[in-house]
Amino acid sequence: MHPKRRSRLMTVAFVLTGAAAAVALMLRAANENLNLFYPPDRVAGGAAPVGVGIRAGGMVLEGSVRRAADSLDVAFVLTDRQGSDFRVAYSGILPDLFREGQGILVRGQLGVDGVFQAEEVLAKHDETYMPPELMPLAQGAAGQGKGG
Amino acid sequence: MTLKQFWHRLGSPKWFFHMSGPWQGAFAVLAVLLLLTGMTWGLAFAPPDYQQGNSFRIIYVHVPAAVLAQSVYLTLGVAGVLLLVWRMKMAQLVLENLVGFGAWMTALALFTGAVWGKPTWGTWWVFDGRTTSTLVLLFLYFGLYALRQAIPSREAAGRACALLAVVGVINIPVIKYSVEWWTTLHQGATFKLTEAPAMPASMWAPLLVNVLGAYCLFAANLIAKLRTAILRQEPGAAWVRDWAAGEVRP
Repeated sequence: MHPKRRSRLMTVAFVLTGAAAAVALMLRAANENLNLFYPPDRVAGGAAPVGVGIRAGGMVLEGSVRRAADSLDVAFVLTDRQGSDFRVAYSGILPDLFREGQGILVRGQLGVDGVFQAEEVLAKHDETYMPPELMPLAQGAAGQGKGG
Repeated sequence: MTLKQFWHRLGSPKWFFHMSGPWQGAFAVLAVLLLLTGMTWGLAFAPPDYQQGNSFRIIYVHVPAAVLAQSVYLTLGVAGVLLLVWRMKMAQLVLENLVGFGAWMTALALFTGAVWGKPTWGTWWVFDGRTTSTLVLLFLYFGLYALRQAIPSREAAGRACALLAVVGVINIPVIKYSVEWWTTLHQGATFKLTEAPAMPASMWAPLLVNVLGAYCLFAANLIAKLRTAILRQEPGAAWVRDWAAGEVRP
């Protein structure tokens, strides 16, 4: 390679490496703030701040959803299925994808009693897509045994 | 043709112009065929999702647009290195003519993402790792456009844009791994190199056809823009006059 080109290539490589290192350090420094939500173990473990607006997320624990008969109040438990969970209270219309076992994001404040007072509930879905007629097969394979 | 010859010819607008004519048509025809097939298949015949129903179908536009948005930026980054180090004329033309297409694809990915997010997530927009880094990508495209407009000298503008394109490539792995590094509302990658997609073939096959069609559209668009730019750049060159004469009066 021509020496001039080699030196230009080195300059470009140097600039790119330097910029990449700067970005990597910034992302590392801001790492906690780049997470969109607190997972259940951090909420239950006390790492999530109490009384400030935050987002938390988890899966809706089966059988935990309680709806009030005369209002839109709803209470449920979000879990990581690894032993950590927390209770959520919300008043409003839930997203269409809200159901037991679904990944859910809540925005609101964690109370001193450990109950998360949600102002907004968002549904998270994963990259698994399935036609409806395959649903019973997949559930059978997962060993959950519940009909779709 | 040896690799060294190919390398030298690749930098020659004249050689590229003569070589690329048939390719432009082939890619354009392939793009139309693949996109028509994939879109009809995906939007009308693929099964709906068990949870999301028909709103899942927006994946057939969203994923190809997002894949192209990043591929176009990577191409700009490669062209940036070629221009900065080897001063390749064709790289300058690529940097000048590809920004708009990339910006449109990024805007389309963000728009379809919002339209998809409203019925499934429950919100149009959330500042999570994936969506924010994709928004940064759109601003990088805007920056490349603005930088070119701001510098009158073509050569200086080319080098400034090349540098921005190269440095901006850092954002691409951030977009790709954002869903793994941080907790996000956005789901994980649809297509992974290491494992099969988590959906049946009746769902991913039309998506793959659309992604391939989108790449053909990218190639056809780039070749057409480059050929136009070459003609504009050398309107009086002898070979251009010969070519035009041959085309007009065969």
